[in-house]
Amino acid sequence: MDDFRSRIQRERSYLLRYASLQLRDAHAAEDAVQETLVAALAGEASFQGRANLRTWLTAILKHKIIDSIRRQSRDALPAGADADELDALFAADGHWVDPPGAWSDPDASLEQKRFFAALEACLERLPQKTAQAFLMREHLGLETGEICKELAVTPTHCWVLLYRARMALRECLEKEWFGKR
Amino acid sequence: MMLSCKEASRLVSEGLDRRLPLGRRVALRVHLAICDGCTNFKKQMDFLRRAVRQLGSKAS
Repeated sequence: MDDFRSRIQRERSYLLRYASLQLRDAHAAEDAVQETLVAALAGEASFQGRANLRTWLTAILKHKIIDSIRRQSRDALPAGADADELDALFAADGHWVDPPGAWSDPDASLEQKRFFAALEACLERLPQKTAQAFLMREHLGLETGEICKELAVTPTHCWVLLYRARMALRECLEKEWFGKR
Repeated sequence: MMLSCKEASRLVSEGLDRRLPLGRRVALRVHLAICDGCTNFKKQMDFLRRAVRQLGSKAS
């Protein structure tokens, strides 16, 4: 039992980083991780026989993160209008000012830890609600309908948030990663 | 109906979140057939999805 407890504790800093990236709030991240560790200790029996402790803990944490976003969005302010940033990417006639060029062998980047560090840094630059909508969709795999409900926004606003997130991440990765190789 | 790149990029993104209406889907396909910038953009969006799914699994 003690052994299981200390193995779980060793994953704490990893879990905290994972939660912080998505919640943007040190207290909320700390709470989600704490709830995860408590749930993990209580559920030791259901872990038995599984290969990877971190994967199992992360799966529990994902649920705690969604619960936390639900609570947060009850009193969150609507996202600010950062449409100007998008407008700067296109000319008045709707053409790209700087059309996207092909990224060379992007899948090779998926084998590199440094790539994921760059991706996390880019995610951290997004406004909170934009980042949460994006991560709920692309990392946690929720449907747009659920995301709109959790963040209390209309479906159209939801698509716009996701679009802004993707545009900003593309720009950021281009500058911080693919442009530097 | 001809789409601008601005509209096409928005539809590429929206297409990752829901099934687009037929007219939009056709217009986007026509645009992508003639526009390298938006074709690269679409590939990058598909890549971004693959990358973000794996986020955290490779951290140390």
